[in-house]
Amino acid sequence: MKAFAQLITVLGTSTKTNDKLDTLVRYFATAPDRDKVWVIALFSGRRPKRLVNAALLKKWCMEETELPEWLFEEAYHTAGDLAETIALLLPPPVVALEEMRTLASLMDEIIAQDQQPEENKRAFVTKHWKEMTQGERFVFNKLLTGNFRIGVSQKTIVNALAKATGVTANLIAHRITGNWDPVTIPFEELMSETATAADNSKPYPFCLSYAVDDVHALGNANDWQAEWKWDGIRGQVIRREGELFVWSRGEELVTEKFPEYTNLLQALPDGIVLDGEIIPSVEGKPLPFALLQTRIGRKNVTKKHLQEVPVTFFAYDILEYEGKDIRDWPLLQRRELLESITQQANHPLLLLSPVVGFSSWDELTTLRESSRDNGAEGLMLKNKNSIYHAGRKTGDWWKWKVDPLTIDGVLIYAQKGHGRRSNLYTDYTFAVRDGDQLVSFAKAYSGLTDKEFAQVDAFIKRNSIEKFGPVRTVKPELVFEIAFEGIAASNRHKSGVALRFPRMHRWRTDKKPEEINTLDDLKKMLEAYGK
Amino acid sequence: MPLIEFTEAGLYCRAGGFYIDPWKPVDRAVITHAHSDHARYGSRWYLCHHLTLPLLRLRLGDIVAESIGWNEPLKIGDVTIRLHPAGHIIGSSQIRIEHKDEVWVFSGDYKTEDDGISGAFEPVKCHTFITESTFGLPLYRWQPQAALYQSIVDWTVATVADGLTPVITGYSLGKAQRILDCLSKTGLPVFVHGAIWNIQQALLSAGLPQPEVKRVQPDLPASTYKGAVIVAPPGADGSTWMRRFSPYRTANCSGWMQVRGNVRRRNADAGFALSDHADWQGLLSAVKATGAEQVYVTHGFQSAFSRYLTELGIAAAEVKTAYGTEEEEEAAATSEGDAA
Repeated sequence: MKAFAQLITVLGTSTKTNDKLDTLVRYFATAPDRDKVWVIALFSGRRPKRLVNAALLKKWCMEETELPEWLFEEAYHTAGDLAETIALLLPPPVVALEEMRTLASLMDEIIAQDQQPEENKRAFVTKHWKEMTQGERFVFNKLLTGNFRIGVSQKTIVNALAKATGVTANLIAHRITGNWDPVTIPFEELMSETATAADNSKPYPFCLSYAVDDVHALGNANDWQAEWKWDGIRGQVIRREGELFVWSRGEELVTEKFPEYTNLLQALPDGIVLDGEIIPSVEGKPLPFALLQTRIGRKNVTKKHLQEVPVTFFAYDILEYEGKDIRDWPLLQRRELLESITQQANHPLLLLSPVVGFSSWDELTTLRESSRDNGAEGLMLKNKNSIYHAGRKTGDWWKWKVDPLTIDGVLIYAQKGHGRRSNLYTDYTFAVRDGDQLVSFAKAYSGLTDKEFAQVDAFIKRNSIEKFGPVRTVKPELVFEIAFEGIAASNRHKSGVALRFPRMHRWRTDKKPEEINTLDDLKKMLEAYGK
Repeated sequence: MPLIEFTEAGLYCRAGGFYIDPWKPVDRAVITHAHSDHARYGSRWYLCHHLTLPLLRLRLGDIVAESIGWNEPLKIGDVTIRLHPAGHIIGSSQIRIEHKDEVWVFSGDYKTEDDGISGAFEPVKCHTFITESTFGLPLYRWQPQAALYQSIVDWTVATVADGLTPVITGYSLGKAQRILDCLSKTGLPVFVHGAIWNIQQALLSAGLPQPEVKRVQPDLPASTYKGAVIVAPPGADGSTWMRRFSPYRTANCSGWMQVRGNVRRRNADAGFALSDHADWQGLLSAVKATGAEQVYVTHGFQSAFSRYLTELGIAAAEVKTAYGTEEEEEAAATSEGDAA
């Protein structure tokens, strides 16, 4: 447990990928096998059921420290992380326990508490708090709340495992995807090359792309296949041994969220894996992503949802056929097979994501301008000879998005950020003008440099008007150009619209708050792009 | 009439006809310590502690200034003032003002743990206490200096063992002297940035012995720094000045390093919460030890700290000042002065 807490500290602060890699390799070389399995599980988003919620942890910490709630809240908004706030507020450990506990044994203890009544959980948690150093408490709290995101990519984990075990990175990436239970699986089996294909649902690591600015630099246009870049949920549809599974890119098994896909079971041959986009559409034309969002947030999908937001699958690649991994076939060959499969299936839910024909980069540049009209957010460019890579590799797949939509708004509310932005005002709400009123329309947290954030933070500290809990109302003076990918009607927001991926595109120091856009401008955009 | 008024130019003592740490030029300024947000240029006459005087001259140049020792009464106008150690940096002092039967104390910046360099903080009984609140949240609880020093030494030795040059950053006045004190245990050669070198020279000429260090010079070959430790102000981090130490690892020493997010934001490889300010418990114990009936809370988490004091039954109010900008100023100054 001590070694794991140390690992987290180094990964959390180290600024160099190589240092992180070395630290992980060293950890994997020395840690007990069961701990390694847990580390892989936690970093790939497989965590046990949350033992206690944030509200209870906060309550117990307040009871232990005898601090008033408002002061706890002040501390929390300054530290920007609940697990860390609690770790810092608690007094130093009473008993400096010689730490013999492993990560796996602690996880066993946590899982065993699951069915216990609240007072037993409280006793369990506070006992551990008292025996742990601040760094260990932080990790313990993270494990309890099931919220583990520590500055390291899955790719780094995979590379470290490859270095430590001698198994190839591609194989490890594949082995650690899909369904497995860290409580029961032995480390050797997780890493094993010859492991039985007992898990029929196992997906492949997704092939990912980088953004491209200058397509001319990609060379001969004839070497490239263009497709629309859809704004849905990237997914794999798997049919093996008479069962159908759907995975999202977040490596979540989402089969139950899309019950309509069970119809594909009859339409597809066995031993097949398709890569594509989960996206609502009517007669082959995609609907705005916001509609899909109203569905995926729900525990149960209702009949109404199924009718109003009919989800389809836009297939663009095939990774497995007749039970064989065909990821090393060239793209053109995979495409040919995919076309014949979708044709044979002939099912309204399974659509073939079309190839966009073009003969020169200039022609494609013009076609790209029509992306929004086609319900796409740009183009994908794939080398015709490329294999299906595991993860993000430079060179074969590129995304070429259209320029975002933009609107100028004024900053009216601010709140302190989280993580590396703790104690800095970095979370902002923006407003447009409606007559002599200001109407909030979007929140944004990203897009400025550290230096700009520091300047805006200083402005907010000097120009806040009122304080509502953690939120400050700010003198409406700073104007920002807000960029976003899509717009949809919403009755949850005062402005009546919801934006997709809003972020700060530019700080318009040249503009006065009188010159910002109006609510009418927003409504016109909704009319043009939101239907 | 209160003994100290909060004015546009700073804290003003009408009965004595002087300001304390004014942020605008005035006729008479009493200075708590030599950090730039407390000791500003342009006043016609300064009064400070003997040990602050050489630092004040270093930073403000040719000024008219007088100095006194701790606990020496001095009559100015109708009041008697005394300085008491604040434990913040070398020479730092609390200002005690007595008028008829009333006593007010302005803390300046202070810390309650004795760092062995700055003089031990001395609680002073008073009716009204004006306190800073830089780290006025219960998140901030410092480890004892001995433990922190050990961590810094361990990190430094491990970094050298990995074949990298450790670069430790901290304010050039105050923090840097503590870092040098801590590093003297490692026996490793130490090189310092010009800003820190200048402070050292000022302290040496004031008769205060300092650990032996060398100055980083533009014309020295990069191999000079192999196996040595570098100490620099925070603003040097990320500048071209750092390139000569490559490959290196950085550590920042500041109370802000208590929170992980700040370590990440600084992009330092390590952060040590070594502070020259009192932590939450330190602030509370200092306020209680004064026995003050009224407390004013200046720069830092003044609204939270004054509210908490009020809930404890101590009358407290927050006051806006222009203090607490030392860090920004030092960062700006050192990133420009590359050759220094």
